[in-house]
Amino acid sequence: MFKLVNMKYILTIKDFFNVQNHKQKSSKQMESHEGFGVSVGSMPKAAFSYHGEDDDQIATVLSSDVKPRILLMGLRRSGKSSIQKVVFHKMSPNETLFLESTAKIFKDDVSNNSFINFQIWDIPGQVDFLDTNFDLDMIFGGTGALIFVVDAQDEYIDALTCLHQTVSKAYRVNPQIRFEIFIHKVDGLSDDHKIETQRDISQRANEELHEAGLTDLHLSFYLTSIYDHSIFEAFSKVVQKLIPQLSTLENLLSSYVQNSMVEKAFLFDVVSKIYIATDGSAVDMQSYELCCEMIDVMIDMTCIYGDDESECACEQDSTCIIRLNNSSILYLREITRFLVLVCILRDEAFTKRGIIDYNILCLQKAIHSVFDVRTKLNKPNGVLPVEGMNSIGHLANSTNA
Amino acid sequence: MKKKVLLMGKSGSGKTSMRSIIFANYIARDTRRLGATIDVEHSHVRFLGNLVLNLWDCGGQEAFMENYFASQRDNIFRNVEVLIYVFDVESRELEKDMHYYQTCLEAILQNSPSAKIFCLIHKMDLVQEDQRDIVFRDREDDLVRLSKPLQCACFKTSIWDETLYKAWSSIMYQLIPNVQELETNLARFAEIINADEVLLFEKATFLVISHNERRKHKDIHRFEKISNIIKQFKLSCSKVAASFQSMEVRNNCFAAFIEVFTSNTYVMVIMSDTSIPSELTLINIRNARKHFEKLEKLDKNRLNAGRQWRV
Repeated sequence: MFKLVNMKYILTIKDFFNVQNHKQKSSKQMESHEGFGVSVGSMPKAAFSYHGEDDDQIATVLSSDVKPRILLMGLRRSGKSSIQKVVFHKMSPNETLFLESTAKIFKDDVSNNSFINFQIWDIPGQVDFLDTNFDLDMIFGGTGALIFVVDAQDEYIDALTCLHQTVSKAYRVNPQIRFEIFIHKVDGLSDDHKIETQRDISQRANEELHEAGLTDLHLSFYLTSIYDHSIFEAFSKVVQKLIPQLSTLENLLSSYVQNSMVEKAFLFDVVSKIYIATDGSAVDMQSYELCCEMIDVMIDMTCIYGDDESECACEQDSTCIIRLNNSSILYLREITRFLVLVCILRDEAFTKRGIIDYNILCLQKAIHSVFDVRTKLNKPNGVLPVEGMNSIGHLANSTNA
Repeated sequence: MKKKVLLMGKSGSGKTSMRSIIFANYIARDTRRLGATIDVEHSHVRFLGNLVLNLWDCGGQEAFMENYFASQRDNIFRNVEVLIYVFDVESRELEKDMHYYQTCLEAILQNSPSAKIFCLIHKMDLVQEDQRDIVFRDREDDLVRLSKPLQCACFKTSIWDETLYKAWSSIMYQLIPNVQELETNLARFAEIINADEVLLFEKATFLVISHNERRKHKDIHRFEKISNIIKQFKLSCSKVAASFQSMEVRNNCFAAFIEVFTSNTYVMVIMSDTSIPSELTLINIRNARKHFEKLEKLDKNRLNAGRQWRV
């Protein structure tokens, strides 16, 4: 089974083949491998801590199942950088008005604070990089998903042309890429208009592909806006397709839900509020939004009252219980440093809290073994990593700045 | 007990938006839909049950302003408890703004000389973050100087963050009749249950009306942040046609409990001793509830009795 270890993925394909040397190289050296573009987030000291230096761990890194990259592409001013900032850096949507145009490719490694071990590449819209000397093979080769952002409030003919070109080029390089089209900025549109726009765009895009003979190419469409939860929902679906352990997690959650008389359970990534998995029942947007809000409340309160100087590398056992007046209870429990379990259940079910807590313990152990994430990072030279401090407690929340 | 609160300021400065967010459960984005206020909009806001705020939201367009100072002068400026004057930080007519403000003050001096004056420098989100303090200090100095002999308290506000709650919390605090008694009782409560901190919120607006701090906390803005956080959550709940009754957030450093307290308040208790089980704190809160309910009832009776003697 593929073991997702807590390490940063490498930037370039040639590094895949240098894996043998990684153990000796310090994390500092790896920084010089950046091909082009602006800064990446600082490398955590635990960058290459393998849990047990066995060869099969290394082999899985090389496996083609590993897709470390998500590309954000689209015309300029379509909203790519805003999306990235809002979803992964907790920026308030109103503040994105002040963001400047992206000049170079911005490679954002979010695995520092997030469960998502991906790099999000924000590619500037004004650069037509399709015909310059960018190494397309390298870019598309290591990509798991390509998100193309279309501004729904603007004329989207040009966007569709660009979409077609990008998608066909990328498909030729790497047919495994998943293509996700975000029909963005739909907050200003009425419901009917939204549906109409989606229908129109998807029809045109698929027609163009058909004409070009690329019938195997599948495009997924999402209506998004940074001003509500639709962007998180869309990103959740994108990320879920890239996680190889998705079905295992879903089964675990389904069995937990059945045994604990819980109505709905989500496994959330705390920083980005993307849900990695949920149980088998349908996802109701309102419930999802409520859970997101609950996570916000928990994080904000922890920021204010939590212990800043906490040196412990172990988890903080965050718990949050919110009782609503319609006999529902929202129950949040920390699973790993990055993941929390959010359940929606009824008052009566919560009287058996002891059983629920025990089930969560079992679920936690199971999830841990799925990902082989240990609570204490073991470094070969025994030094505690700087980033061992709990990331839930450390999140700066821009809505309350 | 009705207290008259005047909300004045130039057209488009943000008065109705503020009022909608604090008292009418709007979220900041919804205020975009608000149109210009015509003449004076009266609203009666129940605050803390026995307090009724008579809010006069005076339309800021020039025609109305002229009217207030002329024919409606006595009507508007008599019996005022609090004057809240709103300045748009981006206004390009500073002289004119100050002129209107001073005219208001003259009318107040004549009709309600003991009124408390609050000046809100609003829309601070439009100023670059590093400039905000400087800009605010400048305005504050000017206003304090111009307001003499009356005293004014200045706040910088924006509907997009917690500064709005801070300003309105301070304003409300001035209006609560028995705030000292409330604070003494809260202190005793905090002592008994060994809490780090106890806060009392008004139910509808979630403004902090009283608090007791037994352990120093470095973030002085936390009250308004918490008001903001809870209010946002309350609004999200209302989207699913529900409202929250209680909240518990804990990890291995702290435990926070937010519970319904009296018929008009919520209480928040912060404990840093996490070995104490939640149920214990909840029982304590439940028992304290009865005591504070009695306090509120006593107060109501006192006020009602007082009213009988008024001519």
